[in-house]
Amino acid sequence: MNVTVVKYNAGNIQSVLFALERLGITPLLSSKPEEIAKADKVIFPGVGEAGSTMHELERLGITAALQQLKQPFLGICLGLQLMCRHTEEGNADCLNIFGQEVKKFEQFPAATGAETQKLKVPHTGWNTITNLQGPLFKGIAENSYVYYVHSYYAETGANTCALTDYIHPFSAALMKDNYFAVQFHPEKSGSVGAAILKNFIEL
Amino acid sequence: MLSKRIIPCMDIQEGRIVKGINFGGIKEVGNPVEMGRYYAEQGADELVYLDITATKEKRKVFLSLVREIARNINIPFTVGGGITGIEDVNLLLEAGADKISINSAAVKNASLITEMAKRFGSQCIVVAMDVKMENPDGDWTVYVNGGRIKTAKNAHGWALQAQEAGAGEILLTSMNHDGTKNGFALHLTREISLSLNIPVIASGGAGKMQDFADVFTIGCANAALAASVFHYKEIEIPELKRYLLSQKIAVRQ
Repeated sequence: MNVTVVKYNAGNIQSVLFALERLGITPLLSSKPEEIAKADKVIFPGVGEAGSTMHELERLGITAALQQLKQPFLGICLGLQLMCRHTEEGNADCLNIFGQEVKKFEQFPAATGAETQKLKVPHTGWNTITNLQGPLFKGIAENSYVYYVHSYYAETGANTCALTDYIHPFSAALMKDNYFAVQFHPEKSGSVGAAILKNFIEL
Repeated sequence: MLSKRIIPCMDIQEGRIVKGINFGGIKEVGNPVEMGRYYAEQGADELVYLDITATKEKRKVFLSLVREIARNINIPFTVGGGITGIEDVNLLLEAGADKISINSAAVKNASLITEMAKRFGSQCIVVAMDVKMENPDGDWTVYVNGGRIKTAKNAHGWALQAQEAGAGEILLTSMNHDGTKNGFALHLTREISLSLNIPVIASGGAGKMQDFADVFTIGCANAALAASVFHYKEIEIPELKRYLLSQKIAVRQ
């Protein structure tokens, strides 16, 4: 199977490559529209700043290609945010695959009554996913823990297929036709994350 | 609910895990990849690897080790030790580390934190600080170079400065508590954690399961780091997590 990981200036592609290797997949890396179009599955990872990353995707000339794919496509973390309509980070227009707006978590004031629950930004660590829908979460239990590191989130909406509650509920995952996206890091989420990646590979 | 994190820390010397006692003597305890995998299977939420003999020559050995860890372990891990510049960070992240921790170099030049955060994102920049209370009512003073050199900075001021500069997390080690197994520095951790908006990892002093409960509740830590209690199986992570759950503390199972 040809699993292609979209290569651009975002950091930490290596973790995704290793996670795929652990599933027995040898992924290809590409930033060329014609190579990405030939893949059976496309993975769009990302850690970095949204505005400059959108500029980089435009510079590489792949934004249109990413919007027109027909094969299963999985955005991870910043990848999810870039698949939304617009992000507050760098005030950037994004790929508009999902209609969501990406917003920054409000710095939380010291919580009343329960100081140990002071909610910090970035949202860092393991949190639970609920309201799981769609093939990505086949066999995944409600309230499974996944690993997050992010300061921006996609609002909930029609395409939301998993929720996490941090400060308020946000889209842990989005789904529309062949397009899937997760805000957490499946490549770093232990056996739960591996099962979600495997579900995607087996679509 | 966001869970509290349990983080085993492994000190690496020439590709092996060693354990120091009170920033002093050193004893070998195992293989970094095997132990990392064991801890991940046991339910550790994250791992920290510190290269305690970071010199230019040894750096290559550590980098290939980081690659092997990333290849084999499916939970996040932080690496640190001897990081002095952007290029060190770039190599470690490219090798597959999720976060890096900087200590002495950041104290010498806080703008390094800002540069690193701009280039790689705050989420992967952990500022580690070793602090010591000189007398019972005194301030906590920041030490560098593995706890050997005293600086003019105090813990609280430096933690705030590191946050302002772009740190994504603070790894706070009390030198007074490290190696004692008498519990974490609860008041220090609480004061720093409540005054910051970024997560604080408490380190130094873990001896029994209640110490972890205390540092999460009284200390308000977001994560707790320990080494020898895990390495010598004095506390096993599944048992620790069952205990914390029984104390109504959110942990990942």
